[in-house]
Amino acid sequence: MALLSFQNVSKTYNNVTKALQDVTFSLEEGEFVSIIGPSGAGKSTLLRCVNRLVDASQGAIFFDGQDVTKAGKKELRQFRTKTGMIFQHYNLVDRLSVIENVLHGLLGQKSTFSGMAGHYTEAEKAEAFQIIQEMGLAEQAYKRCDELSSGQKQRVGIARAIMQKPKLILCDEPIASLDPKSSKVIMDHLKKINQTKKITCLVNLHQVDVAVKYSERIIGVSGGRIVYDGPSSQLTTGMIHEIYQSGSQDLITDVG
Amino acid sequence: MQKTMDVFQKRKLTYTAVFLAALAIFAGSSLVTQFNAVQGLASFPAAIGWIAENLIPDQTALERLPKILDKLLETALLSVAVTVVAAVFAFFFSLLGSNITKINGIVKRVVRIVAAFFRNVPDVVWAMLLMFSFGQNILTGFFALFFTTFGLLTRAFIETIDEVSASCVEALEATGANFLKVVFQGVIPSSLSGITTWVLYMIETNIRSSTLIGILTATGIGYLFDLYYKRLDFPSASLVVLSIVVLVLVIETASNKIRKVIL
Amino acid sequence: MTNDAALRQNPVPLELEQLICRSRSGKIKIGAKNKSRHAVKALVIVLLGLAALAFATFDYQNIDFAKAAADTLHNIKTVFLEPQLSRDTITGVLWQLLVTFCLGALSTILGAVLAFFCALLCARNIAGPVSVNVVKSIVAIVRAVPTVLWVLIFAVSAGLGSVAAVVGLTFHSFAYLTKAYAESIEEMDPGIIEALKANGAGYWQIVFQAIVPATITYMVAWTFMRFEINFTNAVAMGAAAGAGGIGFNLFMAGSFYFDLHEMGLLTYVVVIAVVILEAVSTKIKAKVK
Repeated sequence: MALLSFQNVSKTYNNVTKALQDVTFSLEEGEFVSIIGPSGAGKSTLLRCVNRLVDASQGAIFFDGQDVTKAGKKELRQFRTKTGMIFQHYNLVDRLSVIENVLHGLLGQKSTFSGMAGHYTEAEKAEAFQIIQEMGLAEQAYKRCDELSSGQKQRVGIARAIMQKPKLILCDEPIASLDPKSSKVIMDHLKKINQTKKITCLVNLHQVDVAVKYSERIIGVSGGRIVYDGPSSQLTTGMIHEIYQSGSQDLITDVG
Repeated sequence: MQKTMDVFQKRKLTYTAVFLAALAIFAGSSLVTQFNAVQGLASFPAAIGWIAENLIPDQTALERLPKILDKLLETALLSVAVTVVAAVFAFFFSLLGSNITKINGIVKRVVRIVAAFFRNVPDVVWAMLLMFSFGQNILTGFFALFFTTFGLLTRAFIETIDEVSASCVEALEATGANFLKVVFQGVIPSSLSGITTWVLYMIETNIRSSTLIGILTATGIGYLFDLYYKRLDFPSASLVVLSIVVLVLVIETASNKIRKVIL
Repeated sequence: MTNDAALRQNPVPLELEQLICRSRSGKIKIGAKNKSRHAVKALVIVLLGLAALAFATFDYQNIDFAKAAADTLHNIKTVFLEPQLSRDTITGVLWQLLVTFCLGALSTILGAVLAFFCALLCARNIAGPVSVNVVKSIVAIVRAVPTVLWVLIFAVSAGLGSVAAVVGLTFHSFAYLTKAYAESIEEMDPGIIEALKANGAGYWQIVFQAIVPATITYMVAWTFMRFEINFTNAVAMGAAAGAGGIGFNLFMAGSFYFDLHEMGLLTYVVVIAVVILEAVSTKIKAKVK
């Protein structure tokens, strides 16, 4: 059974702007899938429909056999603990330490009181340290997040997602604000998580070459519709132009 | 070259226009208020003379110092208490009024209108209104300052919270955290330094405002000033002013130091 | 499963253990090692303590709080739900509002002009250190005196009225604006001034061709913000220092005739005026930017 499946999902903002139209696809467990497309194509909306940071207007989204769109508040929170999310702007609590931000991954699972007070068990803290070390941030553990570089912040973001022990990680433009070197580090980490921890990854990217290099399967989105869904090896230059709706001269592509 | 000339000419024109407009408003306003600029200037030497003459406290003024310091302490404590209590209320209110709480749009709008109401009703109105029921009591000053402080801080906190914590709120919600966890682990840590900066600023402002309220409601340090002033006991009145200046400067210096550490 | 048991099953590798800080009881610490965290905590505790001390030491004069609160609610209802004019006419009220508006305008203009020149004398990047320190200290002292006291001090020599009100209001706005303008100048890009200096420009040329154009948006924003404050202050001065304008009407209605209905109407007039001012100044600030 598919881990995640979208069935005819549409999303309209303010009854006017059509962000998603009739989107249908499914993800198998352990896949690493990139979503590519021009900005404003609906990539971000699509990703946010999964954990309902945005509510879909129509259609059904099944995750782990459950219809997400029908979940009540409590079920939704329960469900969100199983999906991690990584953001373009890291979305960390800047004034807290790295370790505290990583432990935030557990917030959904903690009781309200210990969550509010930030009480974690020793085992949880030790685990957080392990993850931080895997991310190469052990030296930074007690630093405040606003003291970190962008690349380091994004690694904290990943660590927070891993802390959740999720089945699926949603990555919304994880490298859009990073330099090429940090971008590679981040993508390598994501790939490693996918392979060693068997966590399914759904990644929004706007760099076609990165998507092709890291994922086996690519979904191309344009104008709120899926226009390509297949192996990255079969993504042709013509297809890329269709996704980005551009003439061949004004797009730099390096599929090679 | 032609183009730079144009820039300079345009600038000159703008300066002239602004200058003339300011002059026109000044003249018109003087007429309406019967303000006489010459008389205004002439009052300077006299006022400076007054300050010079009364700056050094005389024997009677010094005898009153303990009483003045007592009222000064009361005023300082009053403004801290008002600001702290108002800040607590304003924080809960601003959570409801900020964009992070998605209860619904109506709550948000109501909170913002209520805050605007309390902010814009002058504190003197509150003071007079409370005089009827609370009389010459410290609580009159407390509530008069409380209402305006509450309104001001609610707006300030809403802005701080919206500016600082939108992104981390999204991330914490995505982990499945509920509202209380998001507030305590995301909103409070991110906005606390901004909030304390506002609180420090309001404490300083409230010391000045409480002087005014004191004159109106015959309480605190303002009352003491008014008393000496009306008795023409200027050395004592000026000692009151002096003590307020010292207090405000001490608080200002302290809060600047604190702000540097916090940020 | 207890924490210790979990820890034994899940031991931390030695090289990681070296980086972990533990509390005296052996628990792993998670807070940032940062001064600010403790400073904020300490400040919150001190402020709460001071507030508690205040409530403990206030002289409440055995007031019947419940009765006073009930009376207050009743009066609030009268003021805000039953506003009515009895003594003044509506044109009279609007004229007094204009007077207050003009008091605010006069003190803002005077304060802004004075503040502009003083800011030149105390902005760190264009003035000498002696001038900076002297002017900044004077400004800090002027700012520390409450506006109402300035008005009353000037009233000794000029008598209660518009002169004392305007001069008194000007003092505080001058000090406030000097600080604000000087900060805007200090945040300027130093390259602009250097470029003009290299061209051999004189002092006033630098001021009007570099400093003013570069900082005008901030200065305008600050000036309008101050005008809003001056308007509210002018209302307060009318009430507390007999300086005329709608504040004086408020004072008469509230403290002399005890006419809550009229006080309500006057309050609404003031509130509407302030809201309009706020909206206009937001528009102007947006336009200048």
